[in-house]
This record gives sequence, C-alpha cells and structure tokens, in this order.
Amino acid sequence: MFDQLFDGALVDSVMRAMIPILLAALGGMICDRAGVFQISLEGMMLAGAFAAVAGSYLAAASGLGVLFAVVAGAAVSLVLAFGAVSRKGDPIVLGIAVNLLMLGMTGFLLPQIFGVRGVFAHPRIDGLDRFAIPGLSDIPLLGPALFDNTIIAYLSLPLTAALWVFLFRTPMGLRLRGVGERPQAAESLGVSPTVYKYWAVVSSGVLAGLAGAQLALGNVVQFAENMSSGRGWIAVVAVMLGRAHPVGVLGASLLFAFSEGLGFRLQGNGLPVQITDALPFAVTLIALIAARKRFARLLDLTTAG
Amino acid sequence: MAAPALELRGITKRFPGVVANDAVDLTVRAGDIHAVVGENGAGKTTLMSILYGLFPPDEGEILVGGERVRFGSALDAIRAGMGMVHQAFRLFPTLSVADNVVYRAEPTRGVLMDRAAALRSVAELAERYELAVDPEALVETQPVGVLQRVEILKALYRDARILILDEPTAVLTPQERDRLFTVIRRLRDSGRTILFITHKLGEVMAVSDRVTVLRNGRSVAGLVTAETSPEEITRHMTGRSVDLNRRAAPHRPGDPVLAVAGLEVTGEHGRTAVDDAAFTVRSGEILGVAGVAGNGQTELIEAIAGLREAAAGSVTLGGADITRAEVADRRRAGLAFVPEDRHRVGTSHLASVSDNLLLGHHRHPDRQRRGWFKLRNVRAHARRLIETFGIKAGALNNPVSTLSGGNLQKVVVAREMSHEAPLLIAEQPTRGLDIAAIEYIHGRLVSFRDEGGAVLLVSAELSEILALSTRILVMFEGRIAAELDPAAVTEPDIGLYMTGAYLEREKGGAPGGRKGGQDG
Repeated sequence: MFDQLFDGALVDSVMRAMIPILLAALGGMICDRAGVFQISLEGMMLAGAFAAVAGSYLAAASGLGVLFAVVAGAAVSLVLAFGAVSRKGDPIVLGIAVNLLMLGMTGFLLPQIFGVRGVFAHPRIDGLDRFAIPGLSDIPLLGPALFDNTIIAYLSLPLTAALWVFLFRTPMGLRLRGVGERPQAAESLGVSPTVYKYWAVVSSGVLAGLAGAQLALGNVVQFAENMSSGRGWIAVVAVMLGRAHPVGVLGASLLFAFSEGLGFRLQGNGLPVQITDALPFAVTLIALIAARKRFARLLDLTTAG
Repeated sequence: MAAPALELRGITKRFPGVVANDAVDLTVRAGDIHAVVGENGAGKTTLMSILYGLFPPDEGEILVGGERVRFGSALDAIRAGMGMVHQAFRLFPTLSVADNVVYRAEPTRGVLMDRAAALRSVAELAERYELAVDPEALVETQPVGVLQRVEILKALYRDARILILDEPTAVLTPQERDRLFTVIRRLRDSGRTILFITHKLGEVMAVSDRVTVLRNGRSVAGLVTAETSPEEITRHMTGRSVDLNRRAAPHRPGDPVLAVAGLEVTGEHGRTAVDDAAFTVRSGEILGVAGVAGNGQTELIEAIAGLREAAAGSVTLGGADITRAEVADRRRAGLAFVPEDRHRVGTSHLASVSDNLLLGHHRHPDRQRRGWFKLRNVRAHARRLIETFGIKAGALNNPVSTLSGGNLQKVVVAREMSHEAPLLIAEQPTRGLDIAAIEYIHGRLVSFRDEGGAVLLVSAELSEILALSTRILVMFEGRIAAELDPAAVTEPDIGLYMTGAYLEREKGGAPGGRKGGQDG
C-alpha cells in the first residue's frame, strides 16, 4: 500500500500544504523571539488571501495581488501590535478577536464587493505563475514539486535560511532575541522593546499575508470563505514545536504539511474524509502538549517591558 | 579643585501618593568610592534609576564632570559615561556571557556580528580587571558571583567612567563580597568613580571614601568615611522622627506562647537567610526584633507564619508543633499576623472594606451557616471593628484600595487583633504612616500585651523597637546577634549589633580593615 502512497503527487501536495504554514510560522517565530505571543496568524493569512484575490482581480495582475496581500497582512497585524505591545492587552484575546473579525469581514466583503457568496473565482484573477527550473524540475519524485513552483514558494526556503542568519549572526537579531527574553535588560542598554516588538509583529503580518497570497493565487486561483481553514493555527503550533528556531519551524511545518498531504491521499484510498481531515489537527494536538512549557512562558512575556 | 565627577542638585521625584526623592543633593568627587546609604524605602533605588536615565526627575538637575546633562533613556546615560550594576541583574539567561556584554554595542564585520572579536574583547577586559568569566558560557549556567562580574564587564565594555552598584552584595557570599571589594578598589585606582548603594554599614566602613545618607527621600548627611562611625551613620539613617516614650515598663510576662528552636530558613538564591534562631515569646510581652532590613527578619517571620518552609528546627505555638503546619492550622493554633506589605499581602485590594475585615473570620458560626454568609452579621462585624478602631472607611462596600495608608493598616490590625489569638506577629506595623496613626497602632499593641497577648514585633525603626519592646533581639546576617534589655541599652548599642561591628570589636580588629587582601 505504501508504494502507492509515496509518489510525486504526494510530494507535490505536501509542498503545497507546507508553503503557507511555513511562511506564517516564520512570522510567528520572529514574534516569539521578540517575546510577543502571536496567534492572529490565521486572521492575517485570511485577510492576505482575500486581498490577493481582490488585487489580482482589479489589476488582472498577480503582482498587485501579492502587494495587496502583504499590505493587508501588515495592516491587520497592527491590531495586535497596538493592543498587546502599546496598550498591554491580553495577546490571546486580541489574537482571537483578530481571527474572528477577519473571518467575518472577508465573509461580509465577498458579496459586497464581488456579489457572490462562498467562493469567488473569475477569469480576471491572475494566478501566480509556476516557473520550472530547467533540469532540476525533471528530477524524479521531488523535481516537479520543488523546482516547478511559484515565486513565493521559491522564496520561502532561502527566507528560512536568511532568518537564521538574521537571528543568530547579526546585531539586530541578537537585540531582538534579547528583547524577547528580558525586555528590562534590553531597555537598560538602550534598546527599545516596543520598537522591536512592533517590527516583529508587522513582519509576521507581511509573512502571513504572503502565505495567504500563496493560498489564493498559488495553490488555487480563487477566494473561498475561511480558506485558511486552520493553517494559521497550525503555524502557531509549528512555532512552538519548532522552538522558534528556523530549522525546527521548517521541520514542524513539514510534519504538519505531510500529515495534511497524507490525509488527502488516504481519502483516495477509501478512508472516511472526516478522519483524514482531522489528521493534521490530531498531530497538532499532540504537538501542543509537547510544547506546553513554551506557551506558558510567552504569555507572561508578551506584555512585559 | 576639579569639577566633581557627578553632582545632583535638588532632585525630586514623586510617585502617586509618595515623594520618593525630595530635593536630594549629592556630590561625588572623581576617583572616589562614594557610598549612598539608607533604609529600604529611603529613595536610593529611585535616585539611581534617575541617574541611569530609566525615568526623569520631576525637578532638579544632574551634572556630569561639571556639565549639565539630561537623560532621556539609559542610552543617554551610557553615552555620558554612566554604568549601572542593578540589584536584580539585567542579563539574558539564554545568551552567552560575551553576547550579554556586547549587546547593543556589538563589534561587526559587514552586516554580520564579529563573534570572534566579541569573545576576544570580553576575554581581554576580564583579564585586565581580573573579573574571571568564561565568555562563551551561557549566562543561565553561571553562579551569581559570576553574573555580577558580567554586569561590571558590561559597564566597563562601554567605558563607563562612573559605575553605580545598587546593593551589590545582597546576593553574594562573604568570600564573593570580599572579592568584589577588591575589584571596586582596583577600578577606583584605575581612575573610575564608584557609587555604591547599600544599607549595610559594615560595607560602607570597609570600602567607601565618602558617604551620603538618605532618609525618607532626603539627603540628610554627607560624611567622610574615615571621620565617621557606624553609630553616627545609623543615627542619620534611622533618625528620630517619632520620639515616643518608652512604654515597656509595666508588664507581667506569663507562660511561653511561641517557642522557636534551631530554626534555619533558606532565602532567595538558596542562601541561608535564618541560621539557628532560638527564642520564646511569652504572654504579656512584646519581643522586638531589630536589624537592618535584609538580615533574615522577613524570612524568619515567613517561616513562623507558614509562608516559607523551614529547612531545620522547630516552631511551637501554644504547645503544638506547627513547624510544618498549613497556614490555616497555624491560625487555628492561635496566630494572628500583620504582614509588612499591607497592600499586597495584608489586604485584597479589589475587595471591599467589609470583605477585608471578614477575611479569616468568615467561618465563624455567627457569620455563616452551611456555607452561606449571614450578611446582616457580616456587616455588623465590619461596623463594630470600624468603630472600635476608628477606621475612616466611607461605605462598607467601597474597595479597600480607596483607603489611606493609615486606615488601610488599621483594617489589617483590626482584623488580626479581633481574632483574639494568643500570638500577634506585627511586621513593620507602622512603616510609612503618619504620627497619629503610629501612636494609635502602638497604643493598640501595648494594650494587647497588657491583656496578656504575646507580640512578636519586627521593625527597622529603632525608635519603635525601643518604645514598645519588653525584650529586644538583634538579627545580623541571619543570626540572632544579641538579646538586649531595652531599659539598659541605647540606640548606638543596638547599632553595634545591627551592623555586625560587635564582631570586629570582639576580635579587636578595626572594622573592615582586614577584608581588603582576601581573595576567595
């Protein structure tokens, strides 16, 4: 049975599932390192997906769609930045509020702007092109998934590496980590925790927006209500499970993407859809239990300093 | 004469309800080790925070090297040559020693950090000033003595000319302390100016050149260490703001109520805070525990009250061993407690005046039946206490946080005394109160004693100890240094024990004279 499961199509569906989770989780990782508990990834991703489709539809160009997505993600991120960092609000309450608000708002705007309910697909929406890298894309099994992909997918792996360099090899990265660990200590040396936390949160908005663009213009070319469908939450868990380390976050994103891709394939093999749909969340639950200590620590840190 | 390294003129800082610094003047000569002493709450830490740019003063000016400066943030202070070693270390536990030192002033190569250069300069600095550290070790794995060296290195790496050390010996062992003093002297000899904040007089005498004494937010004395004595400094520190008559005279001590034997208590950072304490408190007496704050009094009281575990020894109350008992069981055995912090421990600040007066009395059959309060009786109970103790409380349902300090303390005292427990522990019962409130509470404590109650009184105010106690214990570095008869001692006598100076005298050496050369 297993040789039937592991083929190029599985690799491709794992890759599709991974890019949005990874991008959002990298954003969550930056916030975690800055000591901000970021659970509004889901809402920002959904806002990004909506804005991507809207932008792409308006200009009939995917580039503008991506720009819209990034701006929308960054704008939505300011709710948490202002609420939790400036006003010392509870990051969980704020995060849940953002997620519910975006779910409602995109559902409300869809009929208002595009006159449809549920799903908006239109020939004018320009999807992200897939670029095949000659030679590499012909590698059996992995080639088509890894080297025939969208620009966002191509960027995500180098971005993971770049964030590692940023965090562990640059002065700014050191300061960010310091802010996240002991804001008072950072402040006593002249580093403003507020400034670093704001930039961290806005970066996570940009990355979650990108994740939404990949979802709505890369994986498919349409907007569907609640199309992020829990990926932002899974990204939150990927941050914890990956211990907010780029390599760990990549591994955790891959694990969740794999369980999603595998669930998708198992459906084809006759397993009930309810069970296969639940698979990624079952894995998430186990991961959450494994990462519970980090969770408690971050709650305290977010509003400090 | 050259301009002083640092000069503060008329620094005033107000927080809601308190004046933390009231027109403080401080002049520090270049190349001096200058001690700033005062009791807890005298305004030392506020002053140092202002000096390090953590918050601005409301009034007054700061001059560094004769030039007027204004610090908007710690960065401004660092640029003006100030370096601060905070009492609670400001370090990043999961970063390396070197990363902690260079943070915000990192050596770079291109856009990347030059980690080799960071390790090298920290190692060099550590060697030059004999501050042994491992630059690559993670801070969280290092003992406190090393952490303090890291803090000093942070300041030196930024080339601080004026180094502020806030209570630097609080967490150190005696050996580490002696080592720190050696470092401080070496830094002075290299041309730096040291500001040394402490409340331990032995350390002032041992290491400083000059002393400024703060009391109640004011600078009350500027002294040359060589020309003064611990007794004189103590006098300035404690003052005589409340000169009450001694009320200890008529008392008839009865049976022992509380007996403490061989008690050992572990404090913060795993150090021994109380070492082999033994005493009894009998009915009809007030046993006063004197000592400079931080010498184990808090831990002693916490261990008796059940807020901290005893490491060894026993506590007996009314014949019952309560060494390991739950707080509720201790209360049932006859313990009432007026804690030091009336805002956070003594009261529940969001709850009403009535509820705060009810706390601990809530199981009384007069006030509840089968878990339901008899509200009429609860209110009557509150009104009775408010009347008896003259509490100005407004409506019974007002949050207790709307009360003034004196009335808040009366709420605590009223509630605890009305338990009619044989033992009352009163910890700093009048700190920060006005004279009328102080006199009232003193009167209550004396009448409690006269009615046969046993009182264990802890106070940093020597005048309070002398005014109320029938016997005095002095704590120094966790040990009971002396038991004294208040009728036969003077404040300077007590000061001798409070500061540990008696140890030097018994050995016949000059205070602090031998400490310099030791290196643990």
